[in-house]
Amino acid sequence: MSHHKIDFINISYSYPDGNKALDDINAHFLHGESVAIVGANGAGKSTMLKLLVGILMPQQGEIRLGDIPVTKKTLNMTRQQIGFTFQDPEDQLFNTSVYDDVAFGPRNYGLEEKEVEKRVVNALRTVGIEHLMHRAPYKLSGGEKRAAAIATVLSMEPSVLAMDEPTSALDPRSRRRLIKLLQGFMHTKLIATHDLDLALELCSRTIVLKEGKIEYDGTTAGIMTNTELLEQCGLEPPLSMQGCPVCGHK
Amino acid sequence: MANITQAYNRIFTLDELSEKKTAIHRINPVIKLVVTLIYLLLIVSYGKYDISKLIPLFLYPVIIMTIGDISLRPILAGLAVAAPLVIGIGIFNPLLDRTIVYNVQGMGISAGILSFASLLIRCSLTVTAALLLLATTGMNRIAAALHRLHVPQIFIIQLLLTYRYISVLMGEVSRVYNAYSLRAPNQRGISRNIWGSLIGLLLLRTYDRAVRLYQAMKLRGFENHYYGVNLDRLNKTDIVFLLGWTAFFLIARFINIPVLLGLLVL
Amino acid sequence: MHMADALITPLVGGVMYIAAAKAGADSIKRIKGDMDETKIPMMGVMGAFVFATQMINFTIPGTGSSGHLGGGMLLAAILGPYAGFLAMAAVLTIQALFFADGGLLALGCNIFNLGFYTCFIAYPLIYKRMLKKGCSTARITWASMLASILGLQLGAFSVVVQTILSGKIELPFSSFLLLMQSIHLAIGIVEGLVTAAVISFIWKARPELIEGAGAAGTNSFNVPLKRILLSLVIATLAIGGILSWYASSNPDGLEWSLYNSTGEEELIQTGEFHQKLSDIQNKLAILPDYSFKAGVEVPEQAGTSTSGILGSVITLLVTVCAGIIIKALTKKTTRDDTY
Repeated sequence: MSHHKIDFINISYSYPDGNKALDDINAHFLHGESVAIVGANGAGKSTMLKLLVGILMPQQGEIRLGDIPVTKKTLNMTRQQIGFTFQDPEDQLFNTSVYDDVAFGPRNYGLEEKEVEKRVVNALRTVGIEHLMHRAPYKLSGGEKRAAAIATVLSMEPSVLAMDEPTSALDPRSRRRLIKLLQGFMHTKLIATHDLDLALELCSRTIVLKEGKIEYDGTTAGIMTNTELLEQCGLEPPLSMQGCPVCGHK
Repeated sequence: MANITQAYNRIFTLDELSEKKTAIHRINPVIKLVVTLIYLLLIVSYGKYDISKLIPLFLYPVIIMTIGDISLRPILAGLAVAAPLVIGIGIFNPLLDRTIVYNVQGMGISAGILSFASLLIRCSLTVTAALLLLATTGMNRIAAALHRLHVPQIFIIQLLLTYRYISVLMGEVSRVYNAYSLRAPNQRGISRNIWGSLIGLLLLRTYDRAVRLYQAMKLRGFENHYYGVNLDRLNKTDIVFLLGWTAFFLIARFINIPVLLGLLVL
Repeated sequence: MHMADALITPLVGGVMYIAAAKAGADSIKRIKGDMDETKIPMMGVMGAFVFATQMINFTIPGTGSSGHLGGGMLLAAILGPYAGFLAMAAVLTIQALFFADGGLLALGCNIFNLGFYTCFIAYPLIYKRMLKKGCSTARITWASMLASILGLQLGAFSVVVQTILSGKIELPFSSFLLLMQSIHLAIGIVEGLVTAAVISFIWKARPELIEGAGAAGTNSFNVPLKRILLSLVIATLAIGGILSWYASSNPDGLEWSLYNSTGEEELIQTGEFHQKLSDIQNKLAILPDYSFKAGVEVPEQAGTSTSGILGSVITLLVTVCAGIIIKALTKKTTRDDTY
């Protein structure tokens, strides 16, 4: 493990069609922190994560991973440290068996096959789908695909997990399983989501984005009760904090 | 559109079959590929009217299917696809070539019928051989075999990715088509005015998916190299398989075994 | 339009494989040179896209019939000719392996017939040339239509030539040609219309996808291509032409010269020569009333003499028994295994 911290310094990014997704963002993350990045659709949540892994390059500003700035030249190094999961797990499972998908990363980084196997088994065991090791991806259910996708990044033993909408399209049980799983991880976790209940359960810190700017950066407890600010940013309080739908009490 | 579900199932069945663990499945994929190609080459080199000389060749699919535990059904399904074209063209043989060659119980057999029969036999044998190759090997290992045979990297990746995403794309097409049919119940197929947008939107989504796929691959260290399974070295069983079948095929090709057997008996 | 193995000979299959492989190798070289890496997964996913859309029925207004999208033209338009060709080749390979849609030996033929003409002839000569001055819905429609039709017509012609040269069927050249060309004219029109509709849509929504394709490094593209094309056309016409000329002007002369050069004794001795002779005869099937092929040798060839029939039955019985015995044996052993 490393003592990496992550720094977003004066980051601005506009998409090719002109949409300014992030406007002069500054944020700092310490090792082991669990941070939710929330906001309405299009607020810039995914963009932050994509800039972190270098899928996109900022027009202005710099991102640092520990002491290393994220640039085209350092991508090989920085990408080993960050495990990024996509919104659609289908995009990450492109091999013809789960084993090969989870082994893909370690194999590419030149590890010996024995070590690769160890990591694959470990990763699959951690997410609870060891029995699906030789299954083809198209035979997996939504929750299993999500678990497999997480395993594919775990096997690279990153220090940071960046996840884009991890609970979207999951049924309640899979979602519960995922939350439990993530609660057990010691990695630094940056989770872009609009599942505010997830943020409440998992992340001690929350960043709220609105139209490319940070409207709030502080404790999760602090923002989740601030109905006004939430609504201004196109959100509403987590369901678990809204009134009881049966008896009407808060 | 029942095509899609059928196609889906076809891929699933053959894929599952290729995961069995019989002796045939264990044979090195390169060997199986080579034997299949030799088989095919020899079959298509037979003469136009060869019939009895082709019969011994049935031994190959029979043995592969029994040892390899492949049932007849997927084979027949494959033949159902391939046969119509051959029948459609070959049916002209008996129609056009009516020269009676000999008589059987008063019925005249024309050369055209013989050539048609030969065509049908060859069609069944070739299609069966190709399907058996897949059913006992699977896409992954065929790609590995091609890699061993120095087929260029880029092409093998194409095979693997296309194969992998067929089910995803078929799912999307199926969903779009269902959504369409629910709102256009009297149409038998897609109407002209939305050809462009229906397929076009699918294509754009596919394009975006491909971009994300590329990113996912890069994030895990992909550098345009072969990333499939690796094969074991050849062993004795593999060599025996190769030599045995090649010898049998060559003998069957150049010596009319059935005629010999018949002569012996008579 | 996918050719089956049963219809071709090793020679035709082999030659086409070499032609397809050469086109493939050239494409790979081109791609490596000027391509950005994002194309690689793009080719794979687009291939899957074409595969899936081939299942869709497009109704043709006014006729009540329907058609399908082949995809070669679309692939070339989005990916460029080289990447498009390789993507098409991958799709056809998978179709051959999984769906028995086209034989494995005939794969070279199919890749060539369905990929080469669309990507390397129709696309550059018609589609790109027409759109060089800029895109508009009308231009795109015409370009796609004409290119699709041309690609399919050339492909169909190719199929006819390959089948006739292989000589396994009785259908005479002219009727077969007429049949294939007319069917594929109809198919080409449908495919052209669908392709046009899709490309117009994409051009309006995301023009960079259309205009970007194939733009890179295509200046020196025409030279080697035209040479390949020309030599292929000449070769095909030459073989067909010479044979038909021989047949029409001197049928007895050909037969006579064959017998003379080899000597009659050899004819009877080796079964193989029968083969060769009947192959040549079949090439001359361009003239349907040339009846030498139904000569006396046929029953021996087919093996339908009495000993042949008896022997075939015995062989079949042996084969079936072998199957049953092995099945029984393997059932026993799998019961012992603990899988």
